Amino acid sequence: MTDLSKTPEATPAKGGAFLSVRDLKVHFTTSDGIVKATDGLSFDLERGKTLGIVGESGSGKSVSSSAIMGLHRGTNAMLSGEILLDGVDLLKVSNEDMRKRRGRDVAMIFQDPLSAMHPYYTVGNQIMEAYQVHNDVTKREARKRAIEMLDRVGIPQPDRRVDDYPHQFSGGMRQRAMIAMGLINNPSLLIADEPTTALDVTVQAQILDLLQDLQRDFDAAIIIITHDLGVVAEMADDVLVMYAGRAVEYGPGKEILTNPEMPYTWGLLSSVPDLTASTEAKLIPIRGNPPSLLNPPPGCPFEPRCDHTAKVGGDLCRTTLPDLTPANSGGSHVKRCHIKNADEVYEAEILPEIAPDLVED
Amino acid sequence: MIGFVIRRLISAVLVLFVISVAVVALFTYGPSDPAQAMCPEPKCTAERQDAIRDALNLDAPIQVQYAEYMSGIVNGRQIAFGSEAYDCDAPCFGVSFIYRVNVWDDIKDRIGPTVSVAVGAGATILLIGVPIGMFAARRRGSAADKAVIGATLVIESIPYYLFVLLAFLYLAAGAGIFPQEGYHPLTDSPLKWAWGLLLPWLALGLVNSSKYARFTRGSMIEAFNQDYVRTARSKGLAESRIVNKHALRAAVVPIVTIFGIDFGSLLTGTIFTELIFGIPGLGLRALNAVGQSDLPVIEATTLISALIIVITNLLVDLFYSVLDPRVRLG
Repeated sequence: MTDLSKTPEATPAKGGAFLSVRDLKVHFTTSDGIVKATDGLSFDLERGKTLGIVGESGSGKSVSSSAIMGLHRGTNAMLSGEILLDGVDLLKVSNEDMRKRRGRDVAMIFQDPLSAMHPYYTVGNQIMEAYQVHNDVTKREARKRAIEMLDRVGIPQPDRRVDDYPHQFSGGMRQRAMIAMGLINNPSLLIADEPTTALDVTVQAQILDLLQDLQRDFDAAIIIITHDLGVVAEMADDVLVMYAGRAVEYGPGKEILTNPEMPYTWGLLSSVPDLTASTEAKLIPIRGNPPSLLNPPPGCPFEPRCDHTAKVGGDLCRTTLPDLTPANSGGSHVKRCHIKNADEVYEAEILPEIAPDLVED
Repeated sequence: MIGFVIRRLISAVLVLFVISVAVVALFTYGPSDPAQAMCPEPKCTAERQDAIRDALNLDAPIQVQYAEYMSGIVNGRQIAFGSEAYDCDAPCFGVSFIYRVNVWDDIKDRIGPTVSVAVGAGATILLIGVPIGMFAARRRGSAADKAVIGATLVIESIPYYLFVLLAFLYLAAGAGIFPQEGYHPLTDSPLKWAWGLLLPWLALGLVNSSKYARFTRGSMIEAFNQDYVRTARSKGLAESRIVNKHALRAAVVPIVTIFGIDFGSLLTGTIFTELIFGIPGLGLRALNAVGQSDLPVIEATTLISALIIVITNLLVDLFYSVLDPRVRLG
């Protein structure tokens, strides 16, 4: 409570969500200028729910999640805004306090489990270490707990495999071991940064099932960072689409995937191959590249790649950054786009291209 | 594991074989004529030198001479210098041209001083270089880091013999802080042994540690950028544990590899250090032998040095499998 009295602004008067990120900015000073990797990101997440953050490489997904973990401390990153976890602003707590929260309240699993584990220590040693740092237990107890967790994530013969080195595990088993390490302290928030990208497709599904299963048991909030819309469709309650360091569309997962109102989201959906779709369906990549975060364009960051700027008229897209405004479909769905009738454009122009069989005659 | 050791031993033996052939060939076909070296022209007539060549069996084919030399190492042999004959007991590396004694008897007492210098200097190198490198790596980009890098570059650009000489002149001969007499056998008095060798250790250690400081710094910084260090941090480990357990453990592997090579060459004798501090080691003996064209001694020191380097390399390879569990020996 002393933390709270010192920083009264850390506790919002409103009954905020379990995790509430408000206007988060992560800027890096480089010799070429300031890189605005994340620029004014806000979202909420409740326990037991999953938020999917989608976007291209360099859109600020991982930088934002590292900010929640406090991994930018001690670097040249400049952070502002609020990250309220259970009412405590993680940007304002001391380094030592943040260290204690890491792995205990907030845990993270990474994209490539081979490089994310130390090659010279056994899997068991690394999992035990995560438990021992936050719990005053003997080595024997920690080992027992590590074996329990390995068993829980589906490693066969965990009492034997606990002494294996990471290179002796398969890719899927390594990611399971990483999940065991992440969940060993029963964290309330788990951030999974592209947890299935480095894995084979059959293993991907198993890992996602495991995460959902564990989420039910541990009642954890999960942020899943991905560029795979299939993962989002399977896992996410809410979806946040990021582009050039900003949220460009945010809302319930089903809404975003069925009634997207932002041309960038349309582009993402158009570029997903679907094995079950008719062969008429086109696979359309998004042309161009994301803008430089050093010199972002003054208007909508997606404008140079957008095929729909003519629908707005004038040069509004090029000069003015659109605000996040409620989407036409209503609810909590918000979008950052100047197109007024985006829902109609989607149904009339985009849907027939990407999923002709869904269009009603 | 056993398969690896056997294969590695076979290759070590092959290396030693090639070197020993070269050493014997050097004796016979080298630029220095043994007869001339043993007994120079004014002292000996050409006929006398021919007799020596004959007695040394220099006209025999190389394989015969090689067989004689090797059999001498195992069984001992008789060596004739013209009319004189010497019993050279096993292991016989020949008889010194200058001192007319079994080379092995001359050299074996010199191994102790050289090993003493090498072990102490090796420990000093690691104890100074690695912590400084870790210190700089943790503060990379800071003024302290730049000062360390600058200092290591300055030390490294001073020739090592000059550094050792200055250390001797100022700290031992001049200020008298350290003793001048150098070497006392460890078995006589461990304290005198350590005290006498302290300055050579520090001088050698400091000069060579600059390389290790920069090398450790580089390895540590590379380790800090690894994903598993990010994992360690996201587990909530304290910074000291991240540095001293996770990053250092990874950085140690390349350091050991380099150190194995350097330690091997320290063990074959540090010529200048032994010369300046008057330590009766292998390096000093080899240096004198070269000056005197004492071919049997040059042969013996070359062979023993080769053996030492082959053994240290073998040990480093074996140790590597302990350090890196991914290296499967088999």
